[in-house]
Amino acid sequence: MSEHKLPEQWVKPYGDTLNDGRVQLSFTLPVALSDTAREGAKRLALQMGLDEPAVVHCEDMGQGFSFYVLYGQCKYQVDLSALQVARPDFEVMDKDRINALIAEKMGRRMVVVGACIETDAHTVGIDAIMNMKGFNGHKGLESYHEIRAINMGAQVDSEDLVARAIDERADVILVSQVVTQKNIHLDNLTRLSDLLEAEGLRDKVILVVGGPRISHELAKELGYDAGFGTKTYAEDVASFAIHEWINRKAA
Amino acid sequence: MTHLHLDPAQIDRARDSARRIARQVFYDMARFTTTTVERATLRLLGVDGVDENQVPLPNRVVSHLQEQGLLQHGVTTLLAGAMTKHNQTAQEVAQAVAAGTLTLAWPHNELQARDAALNLAHTMCERIAAQRAHRQHKLQTLGEGQTPWLYLIVATGNIYEDIKQARAAAEQGADIIAVIRSTGQSLLDYVPFGATTEGFGGTYATQENFRLMRAALDEVGDKVGRYIRLTNYCSGLCMPEIAAMGAIERLDMMLNDSMYGIIFRDINMQRTFIDQFFSRMVNAYAGIIINTGEDNYLTTADAYEAAHTVLASQLINEQFAYLSGLAPEQMGLGHAFEIHPELENGFLWELAHAQLVRQVFPQASLKYMPPTKHMTGNIFKGQVQDTLFNIVSTITQQNIHLLGMMTEAIHTPFIQDRFLAIQNAKYVFGTMKDLHCEIEFKRGGQIERRAQTVLAQAETMLAAIEHMGLPSAIGQGMFADIARTPTGGKGLDGVIEKSASYYNPFLHLMLPGVHHV
Repeated sequence: MSEHKLPEQWVKPYGDTLNDGRVQLSFTLPVALSDTAREGAKRLALQMGLDEPAVVHCEDMGQGFSFYVLYGQCKYQVDLSALQVARPDFEVMDKDRINALIAEKMGRRMVVVGACIETDAHTVGIDAIMNMKGFNGHKGLESYHEIRAINMGAQVDSEDLVARAIDERADVILVSQVVTQKNIHLDNLTRLSDLLEAEGLRDKVILVVGGPRISHELAKELGYDAGFGTKTYAEDVASFAIHEWINRKAA
Repeated sequence: MTHLHLDPAQIDRARDSARRIARQVFYDMARFTTTTVERATLRLLGVDGVDENQVPLPNRVVSHLQEQGLLQHGVTTLLAGAMTKHNQTAQEVAQAVAAGTLTLAWPHNELQARDAALNLAHTMCERIAAQRAHRQHKLQTLGEGQTPWLYLIVATGNIYEDIKQARAAAEQGADIIAVIRSTGQSLLDYVPFGATTEGFGGTYATQENFRLMRAALDEVGDKVGRYIRLTNYCSGLCMPEIAAMGAIERLDMMLNDSMYGIIFRDINMQRTFIDQFFSRMVNAYAGIIINTGEDNYLTTADAYEAAHTVLASQLINEQFAYLSGLAPEQMGLGHAFEIHPELENGFLWELAHAQLVRQVFPQASLKYMPPTKHMTGNIFKGQVQDTLFNIVSTITQQNIHLLGMMTEAIHTPFIQDRFLAIQNAKYVFGTMKDLHCEIEFKRGGQIERRAQTVLAQAETMLAAIEHMGLPSAIGQGMFADIARTPTGGKGLDGVIEKSASYYNPFLHLMLPGVHHV
């Protein structure tokens, strides 16, 4: 841990001049368009901390709704030097280095069991990480010869995932959650980690969650080892997994 | 627009392969029924409601018959026998079974029971036919939107909130409202009951929710002066029951694919083939337009490399649809705008594919799906992607246009997301209205060659599927890169071989002239 304090770095939104604070926003009000509603939209922007808000566009949407586009000047700023963002601490390697490291350190193939759990029916995330094809030119875990990747697909019960992880002697469990309406993903993820605790497995597996609304911070709060959001590829997950495996071995 | 030059004989060969593929499955499966086909039959005979544990009565009666070892005869004769014997309605018989006060048994006079059942079924068919006639009447007197019809989704989880959003969407210009189902409903082996206000990523499909939304859309349709079509999901483990409910409540469209559940929901293959036949028969009779799910292939497989699998699947879906009595206009064959935005000339390939599908299925009510896979959190780029999609749709004269949302990949749509999507589509459809009549595809150009290549690949693929049979083809992951086996997946325990005395009056009333096993 470094005692060194970073120099302050205050920032605010940029439009065309430093520190002008210009931002755009748009929203709907559940009332028909009127002069009063338009003024209301402006006042709301003021309360959001926008100086000199301007409603640049508004129109009625029917059924008692109206739509607004606004610009304003954000009066707040933040000091980036004072912020700490949780992220898994590891070096992202390419496929060859990951394979070589697994072969060297584990002396066997790493077993990864993945699924999109409970009611969530969206396979797009788990497929992007696990399937041979991968996503955006980044091959999936199935293409790693030192990884045995088992993609159970979508709508997998947590019980089934845990049972499969036991059968396959999984090193890593990879869970995807895409649907987040009413925070259903939190219930699902908690349920899985509770099950793993109950089976006495939690410390034996590396537990990773991914999804468009998932952050590493959220994952840690839920008792997961790592969380990955958008723009994550198989090599990110695999690099973390082998890094974590080596760390645990050393501990 | 001058058409792409395609070889009609090649299209015929592909279609002939698809016909033989579908027929083989149909004949192999005709000797089976399923628990949900029988529950749908009960619903059509007038059984509805739930017991004190919220278990639907159709499920209670079917379970009862399974326990008695009688389900292989079908529910109809047994139910009608009890109705005649006890002088009760279908609902009263079901309630008595659920209460444990009545045990169903094979009737002494089988023919009398069948006659009673046929009369009852006839009454329901008249009711459904009246709904169909009412729709036609409304379409004629009120009118309908121009194609491409604007198809919008509501998915709040609460039917009353859905209704508000659907009304607003219709006022803004939507022609079709689809109520997305709560995530996971496809794997429930029963249909929830009553009006529902709690769902995840969507709203439960229940008969009461259908009725509530239908009434709301009729009302707003009268106000805006055009008939607003209602869509739901006739898929999953209760496909035939949803069809029955939709036919009774006058839904206009149903997502109803012959293979989607197998591939994407891991529902057993045999179960799905049987269920899709019955559900499509009901949809056909009710005048409902089915929507097939080929767009989904492109969310897992690559849209450029797998374009031919979409066409091959559409041809198979078309033949299954014919076997259930659907007219070409009732076939909303699905495809999607899913090519990677960074692929050079990707727009040309999208145009080629949309035009190819248009020409192979000239009478179908094609359903065109917007970009989803390559949508990011950049809503501004998303709006551009959706605009390009809108352009292809109008140039190639698609029929059912599912509006793309710039917030796809972020959240279920907000009211303003729909508002802006409708504005975008109306702008494009208006400003380019007659463009399709004014431009021609270059003879032998890249777009035409691309369409010819996809067609040739589809023909080859269908020939291979015909050779091995559809179950093996699915087993090899030929669609969407996902492999399924005939005995794998959910719901196989609901597949039952029919006895020699099996009887279902709806097969004869809704699809006359077909030899039913």
